Amino acid sequence: MDTATLIQLLVPAALLVGAYFIGSSIEKKHYRELRTREHASRRFITVTFPYEPRDEEIVASTLVTGSVVISVDYFKRFLAGLRMLVGGRIKSYEPLLDRARREAIMRMKEDARAGGYHVISNMRLETSRIASSSGNNKGTAAVEILAFGTGLKLARRRPATP
Amino acid sequence: MILSNIENIPGKTIQEFYGVVTGSTVRAKHIGRDIMAGFKNIVGGELKGYTELLNEARQEAIERMEAQAKSVGANAVVNVRFTTSSVAQGAAELFAYGTAVKVE
Repeated sequence: MDTATLIQLLVPAALLVGAYFIGSSIEKKHYRELRTREHASRRFITVTFPYEPRDEEIVASTLVTGSVVISVDYFKRFLAGLRMLVGGRIKSYEPLLDRARREAIMRMKEDARAGGYHVISNMRLETSRIASSSGNNKGTAAVEILAFGTGLKLARRRPATP
Repeated sequence: MILSNIENIPGKTIQEFYGVVTGSTVRAKHIGRDIMAGFKNIVGGELKGYTELLNEARQEAIERMEAQAKSVGANAVVNVRFTTSSVAQGAAELFAYGTAVKVE
């Protein structure tokens, strides 16, 4: 075996190992962060239908959005490539979409809270694949997740005047 | 301009409808961002450059939609939807549409 073939084998192997360690540490860190942020905003009401307050009146509303573009690491893409030979569930890609969705929702909530809104009504999620410009399509598995909804500001209803 | 993705503006009544208004923009990625994204593609995680790019583009699409709504005399857009589609390698179209209305 000459040096050229050796390098050809070693570089992807090094990438795989590196991507596995760095990728999984990024993922763990992100999940930790998500858990604390989700815990902090657990009382913030977000619903997927038009919200009708019972005891309050709506004083203001606006469109709130949150989005994230996320990509999968080299190691997971390699696993997915293997999986595509036999078909079935690609477990390595599921956390990617889960993280992206939760992150987008958190950003939408943070956007709403920063503007002083109390509720997000009629939340919707959209997913789209972002094309790579490198030409070969196997390079990218980047997806954009957009979360949007209508932020509502509530105030206690004024007592009815007789 | 008030936007909502519900059929009405919560807490207000609609007085007049002006039909569908749209706003769109096609953006290409810039090369520096693309190189960074190439690195990020090895280790995974968020592609911050792209997130910003798409956010700016979406904001522009919304502004164009608002401008159109204003030009027909509306003061709100209800039932706003978004679509994103990649029209070519490295370029994406961001599209926003909704119904222009007048609320009191």
